[in-house]
Amino acid sequence: MPMENLTTWITFLPLLGAAVVVLIPGRSENALRLTALAFATATFVLSARLWAGFDGGDGGFQFLDEARWIPQYGIAYSVGVDGISLFLVILTTFMVPVTLLAAWRDITMHVRAFLAAMLALETGMLGAFVSLNVFLFYIFWEAMLVPMYLIIGVWGGPRRIYAAVKFFLYTLIGSLLMLLAIIYLYILHHEQFGAWTFDLLRLYEVQVPLGEGWLGPQTLLFLAFGLAFAVKVPVWPFHTWLPDAHVEAPTAGSVILAAILLKMGTYGFLRFSLPLFPDATVQLVPWVFCLAIIGIIYGALVAMVQADVKKLVAYSSVSHLGFVMLGMFALNLQGVQGGLLQMVNHGLSTGALFILVGMIYERRHTRMIADFGGLSKSLPILAAFFLVVTFSSIGLPGLNGFIGEFLVLLGVFKVSPWSAALAATGVILAAVYMLWMVQRVFFGPCDREENKGLQDLSLRELAVLIAVVLPIVWIGVHPGTFTSKTGPAVAQLLQRVESKSAGGWRADGGQPDEARLSSREAAR
Amino acid sequence: MEQGTSLDIIRWIIAAPLAGAALNGLLGRRWNRRGERLIALVGCGSVAISFALSLAVVGRLLALPPEARLLVDHLYTWIEAGAFRAEVAFTLDPLSAVMLLVVTGVGLLIHIYSAGYMRGDGGFWRYFSYLNLFMFSMLVLVLGDNLLLLFVGWEGVGLCSYLLIGFWFEDPEKASAGKKAFVVNRVGDFGFLLGILLLFWSLSAAGHPTVSFAGIAEHVGLLADSAVSFTLPILGPQTWGVCTLIGLLLFVGAAGKSAQIPLYVWLPDAMAGPTPVSALIHAATMVTAGVYMIARMHFLYDLAPGALDVIAAIGAATAIFAASMGIAQTDIKKVLAYSTVSQLGYMFLACGVGAYTAAIFHLMTHAFFKGLLFLGSGSVIHGMGGEQDIRRMGGLAKLMPITTWTFLIATLAISGIPPFAGFFSKDEILHFAYQQSGALWAVGATAAFMTAFYMFRLFFLTFTGSCRADAKTKAHVHESPAVMWVPLAILAALSFLGGMIGWPRALGGAVVGGNHFHHFLEPVFGGQSGGHAGAYTAGAEAASHGPSEIALAAVSVGIALAGIALAWLIYSKARGVLPMVLAMKSRLFADVMRIVSDKYYVDELYELVIVRPIRVFSDVVLFRFVDVRVIDGLLVNGPAETVALLARGVISRLQTGVAQSYALAMTIGVVALIAYIALS
Repeated sequence: MPMENLTTWITFLPLLGAAVVVLIPGRSENALRLTALAFATATFVLSARLWAGFDGGDGGFQFLDEARWIPQYGIAYSVGVDGISLFLVILTTFMVPVTLLAAWRDITMHVRAFLAAMLALETGMLGAFVSLNVFLFYIFWEAMLVPMYLIIGVWGGPRRIYAAVKFFLYTLIGSLLMLLAIIYLYILHHEQFGAWTFDLLRLYEVQVPLGEGWLGPQTLLFLAFGLAFAVKVPVWPFHTWLPDAHVEAPTAGSVILAAILLKMGTYGFLRFSLPLFPDATVQLVPWVFCLAIIGIIYGALVAMVQADVKKLVAYSSVSHLGFVMLGMFALNLQGVQGGLLQMVNHGLSTGALFILVGMIYERRHTRMIADFGGLSKSLPILAAFFLVVTFSSIGLPGLNGFIGEFLVLLGVFKVSPWSAALAATGVILAAVYMLWMVQRVFFGPCDREENKGLQDLSLRELAVLIAVVLPIVWIGVHPGTFTSKTGPAVAQLLQRVESKSAGGWRADGGQPDEARLSSREAAR
Repeated sequence: MEQGTSLDIIRWIIAAPLAGAALNGLLGRRWNRRGERLIALVGCGSVAISFALSLAVVGRLLALPPEARLLVDHLYTWIEAGAFRAEVAFTLDPLSAVMLLVVTGVGLLIHIYSAGYMRGDGGFWRYFSYLNLFMFSMLVLVLGDNLLLLFVGWEGVGLCSYLLIGFWFEDPEKASAGKKAFVVNRVGDFGFLLGILLLFWSLSAAGHPTVSFAGIAEHVGLLADSAVSFTLPILGPQTWGVCTLIGLLLFVGAAGKSAQIPLYVWLPDAMAGPTPVSALIHAATMVTAGVYMIARMHFLYDLAPGALDVIAAIGAATAIFAASMGIAQTDIKKVLAYSTVSQLGYMFLACGVGAYTAAIFHLMTHAFFKGLLFLGSGSVIHGMGGEQDIRRMGGLAKLMPITTWTFLIATLAISGIPPFAGFFSKDEILHFAYQQSGALWAVGATAAFMTAFYMFRLFFLTFTGSCRADAKTKAHVHESPAVMWVPLAILAALSFLGGMIGWPRALGGAVVGGNHFHHFLEPVFGGQSGGHAGAYTAGAEAASHGPSEIALAAVSVGIALAGIALAWLIYSKARGVLPMVLAMKSRLFADVMRIVSDKYYVDELYELVIVRPIRVFSDVVLFRFVDVRVIDGLLVNGPAETVALLARGVISRLQTGVAQSYALAMTIGVVALIAYIALS
């Protein structure tokens, strides 16, 4: 396949796959699953080429694809990736085939529709990550709601309709405010530059008036965008849709929801809120810090007392995403890089946790902690993987989670040592709720008849888990693979925030690069 | 790295046990079915390679002139973000050389011993995989060239400790003990992490952002006069020296890892692990990591006398507090566990008075004799078919002679009887404590008395008198096989001779050619100025080795002998008489003994004051009330239901759940938007 239009190919190949899955004749479910898996895998292979061809030294957008669409309204098809979206794209293209393989036998009803929904969802998510035109972004943003709604509502658990509608309405209300804000920006750009455009890079140039007092236009716009994103993250207290959605969603839905959909919110803050509304961002940092820290501690404490493993993992997401928010709003290189890395880390480790919980559910048809105990005895290999992922999730050095958490705390400590100290209590609590759960599920005597003689991992499941654990170890041991490509883009973003900010605010990442260069010269 | 000689075989010292862990971890399950020999070979062989390479590397180090003794092996840049940089690089200087030899040497002996001790266990492969992984982590901890890499090893050994304490995971108490160890250590790591952050940003503000030990040593002087001001909730405004604050934060981590007050509670429970694990991880190596870290960071602590005072006080308090609990324990391993906590207290006491060499010296001799004591207790437990209660032992001397003799040597060593190893190191600590403060010496000396008492109580109850076990167990008692007693014998030799390399000149050290240990570590700890360390380095070789040292040594030997004599009176000579009389005559004595043997109810206090309130608060207040009732019930579903009631018709049509209607609504919205823009 050609190297040109790579971004477009990656974005729409899953949708093409969805169409093929819908149209191919035959009743064999495995043939359908294989077709879907083939398309998802091909997408991943393409995105690997994206990664290989990506110039890490360049902080701007690469692999740009543009096409005229509705030029008179400034609506264009415009996509590309930079260091911020690159790894989120790869995370998406990686997690979808992994999820399809993991949930191979999970869905037996309307398999064709399910696979099509999954692939359409992938295109929606990828589109949102690569869109450089706000109108296009909004379409993808809304479009991915529908397949996710269906995945929860059709293939979910007993309270699936309640969970699906809650998920849908919650997100929709947030998005509507964002739509208004987009239109306001669009008009503002016309006022200031005399041209109608939804082009993101040009909208970055708009100076949104700060206004008088507390709630000026810029702050209001920040809040309008921010609400849509905060619901997705989810930022405390907009999180209550998440446990319901996770508990009711089928395994595949939970994995994608946790691994990728939640990142839409944090990505949105980074891509839109920070560079579009720098003054409001700086002004609201204390509030965001406050909500993020509440989220970290509250999510961890509530996770600790859950009786349902899935709900526990869902609340742990609230805690982890609090770290991401905190890092991003530290507004320095370490914090934002850490937040960005933590998005990927959370995608891998929480995605893997939901996969593992799904595998246990397939065997035992329950997710209640009290129904388990001593599973290490009957499922030793699964338990081993569960432990690895658990330690990734609680930030054991040597695995991925530590790097992200450490960089976040490093960045946050620079701007607010007390915030870092409070957030770091989340690191203690994470060990408490995860290890306590592991203890009750996997250790102790295996005294329930149903828990004895369970079948350990199949080859397919083993392949899935090895695939997920590899990047978990890789990022932990060699995070440079990641940070070398994200660094320049993050620096450019911070520079944009800094230069646009009226308050004379500076993004301070410690000493400038001279110190580092001189130490390198000394090494030679 | 700008200094040091590059030597790229250091990495293989670390890689060998990692490879062993991976091999046994991935293939061991399969090998286990065909017998344990291959697993043991991989497990012990990898550590043997590590030990052999360590000897070679330390040989290279010794060949260099003392001031140039620094070997470096740089692999790659691990984390880089802005000004922050952490390398994967390993350095060997005299301090890490001592640690390296202790870890790989004692580690190898315990690996070999384990092959006998764990024979027949279904998790044999898992055991060796974890134990090798532990060696890898411990070596990263000891050889890492920066604080963050040290932290990797620090948490890595914590992971292995968790896995090995809960090795027999089907027993809920053992699994729970593993979790407790990890969580309590996390509390310590919380402080440690904040210490790293504060140190980095302080150095960064001073123009030298670095976390490498060499870099910190070079630039930490810039922080000598810096202070931070902040306001605490109850205490009000505070101004602290930056170095003091960093030193205290790092010490919180050390207190967790090395089981000091108030974070010592995990270590006695950690005895749930297999006994060789207790010897290696919970006595000889991992738990000393906090002492090593503080010695490694001595250039910071030299600038933080306030932090050192706290460390000395906590060390002394832990030494005596844990010793008192050791007196009343009846589980052979629990006695040794509290003893370990107490001995670690001595090491911190030494650090706190600036006597880092003495701390490391005691760390080393303790690794020999405490490792030996645990392996000896393992031999006893093994011989008695799993029995751990010393009330049901006795008279084992005739049945297990090698175990008895080696155990006696270790007991004499820990009690501080010359010329056994513990005498030299403990005497040195007490000597420096005395120079700092008479009170610290008095506490240390009292703890030494208690140590001699409880250790000989343990010895007499276990090995002398008549056997109190039931007939079936008694018939079964046997000496352990060679694979187990040979390591005992080697450690006994080290416990006997190992202290002599630190023979003080005042006690005729000239006969053995001076204090070799001090000379070896001098490039690391020597030549600094100021504060506590000055007293140590200036006085170490000259003034302080006056007659007072001989007098102090005589007093501490007298104290130890008194402790032994008391134990002999109560538990051997007039066995059963004295305690019975005391117990009968005095209700008070019985009550006190119960409180002591119940460990002063500290665990219960933590449960009541910290664990339970947090759990109940999270469940009842945060989850059931705030989350379910307020946020979800009142703020989310409340308005939604109100709207639904008000506009039943529209909403119910929307809530049919048919996706098409949503899609339709969205399309209409988009069309309307475009129309609006087009018309405006």
